[in-house]
Amino acid sequence: MRPRRSAAFWALLAFTLAVCAFLVVPVAMSMLAGMTRNYFVGWRSGLTLDWVLKVWTDYRHTVGLSLQIAIACLACTLVLGVPAAYVLARRSNAFTRAVEELLVMPVAVPGLATALALIVTFGGWGDLRRSWLFILIGHVLFTLPFMVRSVLAVMASIDLRTLEEGARSLGAGFAQRFFGIVLPNCRPGIVAGSLMVVTLSLGEFNMTLLLHTPLTPTLPVGLADAYASLRIEVGSAYTLVFFVIVVPLLVALQRASRPRGRGAAR
Amino acid sequence: MSAPAGDGSGAGSAAPADSGGVSIRLRGCAKTFADGTTALRPTDLDVAAGETVVLLGPSGCGKTTTLRIVAGLESPDPGGTVRFGELDVTEVPIERRNVGMVFQSYALFPNLTVRGNVEYGLRVRGMAPRERHARVHEMLAMMRIEPLAERRVDQLSGGQRQRVALARAIAPRPRALLLDEPLTALDARLREELRVEIDRLLRSLRITTVYVTHDQAEAMALGDRIAVMADGRIVQVGTPREVYFQPADAFVADFVGTMNRIDGTIDGGTLRFPGGALALPDGHARPWAMFRPEDLRLVEPGHAQFSGRVASCFFLGDHTRVVIDLGAGPPLVARLSRREGLAPGDPVHCAVDAQALLTPPAHRAIAP
Repeated sequence: MRPRRSAAFWALLAFTLAVCAFLVVPVAMSMLAGMTRNYFVGWRSGLTLDWVLKVWTDYRHTVGLSLQIAIACLACTLVLGVPAAYVLARRSNAFTRAVEELLVMPVAVPGLATALALIVTFGGWGDLRRSWLFILIGHVLFTLPFMVRSVLAVMASIDLRTLEEGARSLGAGFAQRFFGIVLPNCRPGIVAGSLMVVTLSLGEFNMTLLLHTPLTPTLPVGLADAYASLRIEVGSAYTLVFFVIVVPLLVALQRASRPRGRGAAR
Repeated sequence: MSAPAGDGSGAGSAAPADSGGVSIRLRGCAKTFADGTTALRPTDLDVAAGETVVLLGPSGCGKTTTLRIVAGLESPDPGGTVRFGELDVTEVPIERRNVGMVFQSYALFPNLTVRGNVEYGLRVRGMAPRERHARVHEMLAMMRIEPLAERRVDQLSGGQRQRVALARAIAPRPRALLLDEPLTALDARLREELRVEIDRLLRSLRITTVYVTHDQAEAMALGDRIAVMADGRIVQVGTPREVYFQPADAFVADFVGTMNRIDGTIDGGTLRFPGGALALPDGHARPWAMFRPEDLRLVEPGHAQFSGRVASCFFLGDHTRVVIDLGAGPPLVARLSRREGLAPGDPVHCAVDAQALLTPPAHRAIAP
């Protein structure tokens, strides 16, 4: 016999479900709107995939560009952020602490301000302003602190110094211990950071709105465009497309972050 | 990347106990940290090939710094030299010193299995897989951890981790084995067990070993010689017997084992104090005497040198520990093996043989 649940349990369950509904219902409504023939009539007008198809034909390039930027951004933050976190973790002095604080600046400063600064500074550099790389620079600037912080947190928790001293005593040079010991043991931080970077880059709007050109609209910019200039069903269908892309990506990254099982340990 | 086979890692066919090791010689090694604190005063230390030297001292005495200088994890202040045999290794980083090291926290690699950990030193040296497997198997067998080979290190108990750390350190056949408080993180019973294990290992490998500890029992059990350290310098180096029976100064006497101390006044060749008097050995004119708890005997009142009362009495099975109050000064501790009990308040009459009396000089504490 299972023990009877108390009234408090049911009250808490109801509250939890209410909060979940508060978060989930608008998303579901939006996705449903994207498949409704006429939003103002409601779902009685019938369901259709026409809007989704329209989005796919008209805005497919924004999806591709967003994924391209997200992946490039991840590559940049990995190459820049992981070594940066390593240095910050291994050398704690006034300078590294200052760098750590400075790194958070692009998160604290409004994206529009950062974008304006980038345009003022680099806007005149050849074709950079017209290239998708210009958006990439903004995204890297914005997401780098998330990678650094996440990796740094793991590095601080595993007594990196002693692990490395152990590896050194066994004859391992810098490259051997960095790739063989440091990186594998920071895996949870690297995966968590990657998750943040990819999702933030995919959804970034503030900065991208100013950084993009008509030739380089990303998914969120396209979404804003669709909502602003087309039928609400199209904008909603766009949201649906966004979800279909992002959710499997998140699930895959979450899976990758799980610790390896006993069987896979060798 | 990989060291050429022949620096000890390629000797797969040789007998397991061939590593032997190299002599270690420290000359004028001091260490001042960047913030200006002196961890180690200019220190000389000699460890013969195959010998085990224990660095013993309280925390902050410089013993770990000394070990790290031997290891190559710290470099001595300019002027200090570290030699392995005839080779000056002062400028050689730890990666190329070929030493095995066991850390207090073990520093096992969480991303690798037990096998992966033991194998690591062989892999970075580029040893061939066949040889490597044979060596790992040999090490796991030697430390009796074969059934754990495929476990992850977070699935091991403290004692098992310690064995893995030892196996990992000796697998590449290092020139010297350096252990930094390897048993401190374990509970008392396990510590005892592993102490025996380490002793067996060091005897069978006959490898040059520097062992750091603050536990004098560990030092006594494992050391061919003990270097007692205090205030960033070596106070005395000697065999466990020498350190125990002929301490260089009051600090060593007190730190190594339990020591009774009686303060009084000198009257000719006699030390007088509230409970009685003791004849001092010839040539010692310091107004105190020290002796070990096991050297205090209970005697008939007529033969007593001094008397006091029992303050407390602990029956510990193989012996009884009696605390004796002389009426003034610190109480004395006696280790008695007689069977009849004593009760607090009982009068006791004591004697100490003259040869058991120690009158070492006071410890010269140096201002930091």
